[in-house]
Amino acid sequence: MTAQMRPGTAACPGCIAAPAEPVRPVPQDVQIALSLPGIHCSACIATVERELNACPGVDSARVNLTLKRAMVQAGPEVRAADLIPVLERAGFEAHELDPGALSATQSDKAGRDLLMRLAVAGFASMNVMLLSVSVWSGASDATRDMFHWISAAIAFPAIAFSAQPFFVNAWSALRVRRLNMDVPIVLAILLALVTSLWETTLSGEHAYFDAALTLTFFLLAGRYLDYRTRAVARSAAEELAALEVPRAMRLVDGREEEVAVAALVVGDLIRVRPGGRMPVDGEIVMGRSELDRSLLTGETLPVFAEPGLAVSAGEVNLTGPLTIRATAVGQDTSLHRMADLVAIAESGRSRYTSLADSAAKLYAPGVHILSALSFLGWLLYSGDIRTALNIAAAVLIITCPCALGLAVPAVTTAASGRLFRKGMLIKHATALERLAEVDTVVFDKTGTLTAGTPELTNLGDHPRADLEIALALAEASSHPLSVSLTNAAREAGIRPAKVTDVVEVPGFGAEGQYRGQRVRLGRAAWTGAEQGRQTAAWLAIGDRAPAAFLFSDALRPGAAEAVTALRQAGKQVLLISGDTQAAVAELAARLGIEDWVAEALPQDKAARVQALTDAGRKVLMVGDGLNDTAALAAAHVSISPASALDAARVASDIVLLGTDLSPIADACDTAAKATRRIRENFQIATVYNVIAVPLAVAGLCSPLIAALAMSTSSITVSLNALRLR
Amino acid sequence: MEVLAYLIPISLLLGGIGLAAFIYTVRSNQYDDPEGDARRILSNQWDDKPKP
Repeated sequence: MTAQMRPGTAACPGCIAAPAEPVRPVPQDVQIALSLPGIHCSACIATVERELNACPGVDSARVNLTLKRAMVQAGPEVRAADLIPVLERAGFEAHELDPGALSATQSDKAGRDLLMRLAVAGFASMNVMLLSVSVWSGASDATRDMFHWISAAIAFPAIAFSAQPFFVNAWSALRVRRLNMDVPIVLAILLALVTSLWETTLSGEHAYFDAALTLTFFLLAGRYLDYRTRAVARSAAEELAALEVPRAMRLVDGREEEVAVAALVVGDLIRVRPGGRMPVDGEIVMGRSELDRSLLTGETLPVFAEPGLAVSAGEVNLTGPLTIRATAVGQDTSLHRMADLVAIAESGRSRYTSLADSAAKLYAPGVHILSALSFLGWLLYSGDIRTALNIAAAVLIITCPCALGLAVPAVTTAASGRLFRKGMLIKHATALERLAEVDTVVFDKTGTLTAGTPELTNLGDHPRADLEIALALAEASSHPLSVSLTNAAREAGIRPAKVTDVVEVPGFGAEGQYRGQRVRLGRAAWTGAEQGRQTAAWLAIGDRAPAAFLFSDALRPGAAEAVTALRQAGKQVLLISGDTQAAVAELAARLGIEDWVAEALPQDKAARVQALTDAGRKVLMVGDGLNDTAALAAAHVSISPASALDAARVASDIVLLGTDLSPIADACDTAAKATRRIRENFQIATVYNVIAVPLAVAGLCSPLIAALAMSTSSITVSLNALRLR
Repeated sequence: MEVLAYLIPISLLLGGIGLAAFIYTVRSNQYDDPEGDARRILSNQWDDKPKP
């Protein structure tokens, strides 16, 4: 920790005696967050903390095993890039996380608040329940009155504290003259408290303090479950976002300095290394390379890049270092302009009403009318306002949507947990319900059905001598095509030929000398060949006609299984891609997809999805690129892989954490099951009501029956939800 | 029945202590890393001397 320096001009004499130091800015301690996916035991914790604490400049390091994360407090000179190699030497995979994107998970105030209220409600309801048990088992006269008074003394403050979320929600709904689930809840709790207090003052027999508290406890449990599920999903989604630390290399007077992307302004010169992503829109001023635009357009063919070419944020630089001049930053980049399309498409989705809401719409007015009618009926019949009020309170407590409040959260918690273990992250609260309705699945090609890594297809067409030369040249380059060629050739047992003076020419390919001849492996135009329709690298040996190495995009693991399983489940599968006709047709044939569209612009994709929706289809969109973003938002429900751009992940409801696509079909299944369980839960709750409500209306319902009906229905509903795990 | 005069306050007090302890653990972030804390207690790293 850095101590604050005392300014030299101090008022008290004692301070003047202290050594005066020049005022200088207090160095700000930095917090570094590291993701450690590989840690799993106490030895890992000890090693990581020891290694990190031994680094110069590190003040303290603490590992969180649950989140698989390390938080490091360090001096301003320490950067994550210095710490990662240290951990890698110790045998741990480490990635930097953006602490800014994680801040929300740090202060989990809302969850803590809810937990505290739950604890108070639990404590109070258990105590009051104990007192009530003795009343039910025969306490009478003065003892019963004392027990009731003590119950009241516990119940009032406990409910004032723990039922606050319901009061707030009910008030906000009533203020705009609407009814929600919380209105009958609040009414039931308050009416139960008031009538019970009245009864107690008249030394009556029935008091519902225990019911009011148990009600609050069960409902808060439902709220807390609901909150936990969403918090887990949010924190995992945040971690994905935080893995992409937005930094750029800015060139200032010929020197490189690392800055946050947010700090870039128009006109800045930015260096983009091979493998790096363009942080902003700009124009190339120096360097030659190739650009991978597949995330933006779906095209798999890399584009040649030279000074003067305009580049967009999100494109990946493949071979040589590039210097670009920023022309649009932040909100103005093409990446962000896409957000407008998303906003328009998303407005359609908010029309979906969740099962819980539609149940509440039926339920809330019914409960109020029933309770009011029984109050009026008893008032007319007996003429005693005390009896009538007591019965109205009993009806409200019995019908209170206690089981309904648990029905949906318990099921979504169980289903989300099950899908999370299979590598799917449910981001949106109603995503599961919507996923269950899906009958049409639209896939994107590049990066979704395919892995985005090229695969050599015609290794066998080339003589061995050619392959040896090609391998020698390919090994000198880190271009994706070269890497793929190297792997394929090595696997076939080819050994590299003795090619000398190998140099990589950024943007073109690799060149060398073999037995006095110049040999080249690279782009068509550079090797003297005609550019074909398929992704290819060309090998030119001396003056011989160049030979083509053809590549196709490798399928993502599980893609074929996912498509087959979805078709077997009776869903229609479509393929919409921005790539060329030939590439899309080939992939569609390989997967057996009959409906496909190629060369689709982002608007086309969204329009196509919209058209399907208008035709009454429930569309599931699976895509990863920026060109899919609008379609993802327009679809009924959407899934994107973790490798997708941030914008695409934000627009989708579900994120696939692994590389495997096969959980998609399974997820549809689980979602259907979850929706069935929710409906079952509603039915169970209704059955309990149908049995208990006539008793309550008839005035036969004692507090004991109310407590039993409420607890058993809540517990049955929770157990039914757990069957899903 | 005079025993109730002692027993009810005692039971409330004991329950209250439990509640206060729970609230203390929530406030002092003791549920942030349940898995890590469960492992940490088994480590013999600081058995001989306390962590500085």
